[in-house]
Amino acid sequence: MKRRIFVTLKTGVLDPQGRAVQHALTGLGFDGVNDVRIGKLIELDVAEGTSESALDDMCKKLLANTVIENYRIEDAA
Amino acid sequence: MKSAVIVFPGSNCDRDLAVCLRDVTGTAPAMIWHGESVLPEGLDLVAVPGGFSYGDYLRSGAMAARSPVMQAVVKAAAKGTKVLGVCNGFQVLTEAGLLPGALMRNAGIHFVCRPVPLTVENNQNVFTAKYANGERLMISVAHHDGNYAADEETLERLEGEGRVVFRYAEPVNGSAHDIAGIINAAGNVMGMMPHPERMADLGLGLDDGRRVFESLLAA
Repeated sequence: MKRRIFVTLKTGVLDPQGRAVQHALTGLGFDGVNDVRIGKLIELDVAEGTSESALDDMCKKLLANTVIENYRIEDAA
Repeated sequence: MKSAVIVFPGSNCDRDLAVCLRDVTGTAPAMIWHGESVLPEGLDLVAVPGGFSYGDYLRSGAMAARSPVMQAVVKAAAKGTKVLGVCNGFQVLTEAGLLPGALMRNAGIHFVCRPVPLTVENNQNVFTAKYANGERLMISVAHHDGNYAADEETLERLEGEGRVVFRYAEPVNGSAHDIAGIINAAGNVMGMMPHPERMADLGLGLDDGRRVFESLLAA
């Protein structure tokens, strides 16, 4: 069973990488890029029946740093 | 003083710390591999070194913080053993929950590797007692992820409780409140991004970092 974890920086946490990429896009002539935020996509292949709470624990204990990051768990296509 | 240096795959300042500890304390530290789940008995200090533990995979310090040896370090810290984390060691201590906040990518994106001016903000603890409050130091930094971040409430608590120990005296990496080093509430765990062990021998130019270890020895 494939699941996807999206890890993103919390609102209000500055994203230096995002800012640099935004700057680079503007430099390439792409106008109107108001903001860029960079996150991570983690694909997990887990045993059938792996519970949502187990996945939630994985995120809390390792995959995301909840001091600065949010996470979201989705089914992979 | 009985000390230990933790060694992760990818640590690269473990031997610098060991040389410094041996030089200052007169006793070589035990070198503890990351797979160990028990620390030597009667340790006064555990030092978590700089480097790129586990290749900094996922986040700096994230994998190391979940290693068997760090479970033992967390237990030792709860019993009052002193713990010093330098650079990647600071990142590991925040990831392990021994210190609040997180170290994010430097605001300027660049890896910063140079001596930087620091101010000693609080000498009322076992790590900085040999410095004067307000004293200006030059200590090297070498990091990509040294941009200290925490929510406003945490920052206010750190400031209010005198837990900001070192502050950058010029912009270095975008750290909130220019924080370079903090201690925990109990005062036995300190993390700092600058490398005091690299400035602990006059033969290398400056020894402004040496008194961190002399403070620990005298504590």
